[in-house]
Amino acid sequence: MFTLENVKYKDVLQIQNLKIHSGKVTVIVGESGSGKSTLLRLLNRMVNPTEGEIFYNGKNIREINPVNLRRKVVMLPQNPIMFPGTIKDNLLIGFKFSEKPLVDDNKLSEAMKIVKLDKKLDDKVDKLSGGEKQRVALCRTMLLEPEVFLLDEPSSALDEGTEDIIIKNIIDYVVENKKTLVMVTHSIKIAEEYGENILEIGNGKVIRNEMR
Amino acid sequence: MEGVVDLNIYQMISAYIFVLILLVIVRLRGIPREKEIIISSFRMTIQLILAGYVLDYIFKSSSPILTLIIIMIMEVFAIYNTFKRVKYPLTKELKKIISVSMFSGTLVSLFYFLLVVIGMKPWYDPRYFIPISGMIVGNSMTGISLGTKNLIEGMNSKKDLVETALMMGATPKMASKDIVNNAFDASILPTINSMVGMGIVSLPGMMTGQILSGISPLIAVRYQIAIMLGIMGSVSLTVIIFLQLGYKTFFTKDSQLNI
Repeated sequence: MFTLENVKYKDVLQIQNLKIHSGKVTVIVGESGSGKSTLLRLLNRMVNPTEGEIFYNGKNIREINPVNLRRKVVMLPQNPIMFPGTIKDNLLIGFKFSEKPLVDDNKLSEAMKIVKLDKKLDDKVDKLSGGEKQRVALCRTMLLEPEVFLLDEPSSALDEGTEDIIIKNIIDYVVENKKTLVMVTHSIKIAEEYGENILEIGNGKVIRNEMR
Repeated sequence: MEGVVDLNIYQMISAYIFVLILLVIVRLRGIPREKEIIISSFRMTIQLILAGYVLDYIFKSSSPILTLIIIMIMEVFAIYNTFKRVKYPLTKELKKIISVSMFSGTLVSLFYFLLVVIGMKPWYDPRYFIPISGMIVGNSMTGISLGTKNLIEGMNSKKDLVETALMMGATPKMASKDIVNNAFDASILPTINSMVGMGIVSLPGMMTGQILSGISPLIAVRYQIAIMLGIMGSVSLTVIIFLQLGYKTFFTKDSQLNI
């Protein structure tokens, strides 16, 4: 799916050769500041590599329109950002951005169940806790049904119990729908349990690349 | 009373009593402002006397080239003043866009106003051209300064929102739509507010001037209504051109945020 060749991004990241496989769950672990988020940002072209090339399905991503690429490869940033308005506004805004047809309330409520968000669609987002906001953001990303999910610490604001359930639900969804998932996590436990490919990044380099 | 009362030199001098009153007040209260009051009164007097002579010369010579030079000076002054008013560092690209928007927005509105609304002949009659372009350029300058300030502030404070939108496949235009709309709203608000109070809270300067020079208030209000609409048009046009071009400078050609 993704092939990285001699990719360098400033002094942050240096990857000689890396493949991210289609239809697999790739989990990235590593110390904070090691370049994990930068790797995700490179994959959906929020930044360009200073050197080297990245290929998506065999095509150099420099030749793909960045907006079109991001509609197939959606990234969820670490800090859940809410747009002003209700939960429903936030769940639908992704469809507007990616110019996809809107879905009905039932579909939205179903997606909320996957992330265990027990709230009303009309609830204002500014009243939500950090963990709830994170789940709205996650739900918003999942609803877009892209080819690739790039999730940057999607459960960092959740307690361990909730984290386990939500991550399991996401993985089930991804596997069932044959999607590709690249997820950064702080939890070795999650990586070991769900990662079909575990990447460990240290000091901007891949120090472990294990297929399971 | 018919016509205009010409103020003679003694009458003019008697008006400076107001400066003296102010000086006495600040002196008695111990407010250290005497210097500024004297300098500003002096500057105002000299600047206006000079402006009077310059305008008198221009009106008498009534030359199209001279009129064009004047409007160019006004535009350049307004553009530099905009750069100065916005308290953020401006990129070269943004400065270029401010200049292009000011020139195109104000000149289109100005010529439409002079040629279509007033139907002025000759088109360069400085008696109309100069005061009207002054009002249009001045108000558009305020509008574009507010637009620039709000666009920069919006982009910086909502950087995360813009980036989140991009990550979901938004185009830069979609991602910055709310910021652009807010900046536009903030820029036209002063013009809209001034229209609301006009005639009740305040009598606008142009109308007051016309009335003082003996023109019927009924004609003066017609001009005032027309010029207010012209100002509103020019402010909106200038600001929308600026914003439509300006937001793009915050993104790279690869639709990445450039702040």
